[in-house]
Amino acid sequence: MHELQITERILNIVLRHAAGHDISRVVRIHLRIGELSDLQDEWIQHYFDYLSRGTLAENAQLAITRAPITVRCDACARSFEVKRDDVGSAACPECGEQRLALVSGREYVIENMEVQ
Amino acid sequence: MTNEVRLIEVKEEIHADNDRVARDLRAQLGEKHTFLLNLMSSPGAGKTQTILRTIEELRSGLHFGVLEADIDSKVDAERIAAHGISAVQLRTGGLCHLDASMVAKGLAALDLDALDVVIIENVGNLVCPAEFDTGANKNVMILSVPEGDDKPLKYPLMFTVSDVLLVNKIDYLGLSDFDLGALKQRALRLNPRMQIFEISAKTGEGVAAWAAWLQREVRSAIGG
Repeated sequence: MHELQITERILNIVLRHAAGHDISRVVRIHLRIGELSDLQDEWIQHYFDYLSRGTLAENAQLAITRAPITVRCDACARSFEVKRDDVGSAACPECGEQRLALVSGREYVIENMEVQ
Repeated sequence: MTNEVRLIEVKEEIHADNDRVARDLRAQLGEKHTFLLNLMSSPGAGKTQTILRTIEELRSGLHFGVLEADIDSKVDAERIAAHGISAVQLRTGGLCHLDASMVAKGLAALDLDALDVVIIENVGNLVCPAEFDTGANKNVMILSVPEGDDKPLKYPLMFTVSDVLLVNKIDYLGLSDFDLGALKQRALRLNPRMQIFEISAKTGEGVAAWAAWLQREVRSAIGG
């Protein structure tokens, strides 16, 4: 898995945004990660703790929200959420169509960060 | 008031850098009239053999190059090069996937003006490569019969991002309880636009139909 590389990217983005402000430390970072991602939250935090040593983001807590998987029905264009375990077996609640296109569920977004 | 907690809006997609490099790469390759194919599968599904069969089928009309990604070996690149095909080995040094900047680095070692198609043999892994845009025109995945027909349920993202599914090792079908119909149904539910070809890279069965599809895609992308 590539938690380490992703974490490095998160840290770089955070430090870039931190640099433009007069702050003493980053307290918490809010992330939105799509439900389809296989990344493990605890490993991201673990790597983050390691990589952020000696930076403004040292000891920052990662608050991860999982963004739901949304699909759109091929037949009637209705969009709806599906659970990760149901992705392969979902059908449109409107018309029963099983051909569905993924709309969201793959994102990795840094929403904002709390700083002091 | 330095102790007061403030909120800084970031709103940045973590993969934005990679996506930008991938877009630039696609534009660059378009100018060079080179088609880039990203081939993904688990280890041992038959990527290298499939590449060799595909090139054998099409090499009279198209010039191929291969980017071989491996965590730490060059056996696949040597196998490709032994067939007189330009091959570059990318050692990912433990990393589980290729990203667009690694691909760009590999492509720099190939003479793109002399090549119509470059095939990336991604790291053998059904999880991580699915998350990174490599800059390829098309994503192709292989699932081999011995792996089982339940893989779309376990690795939905890979099936979602792939344009083509090659079901390889169909010469094993009679020896297993692999249900081809169930696999197709599961794959198409995740990705209704997915093209599915059944092949045996070992015997060559079914390779012609897949190669014909690839040739059409290449021609429509690069002309000629």
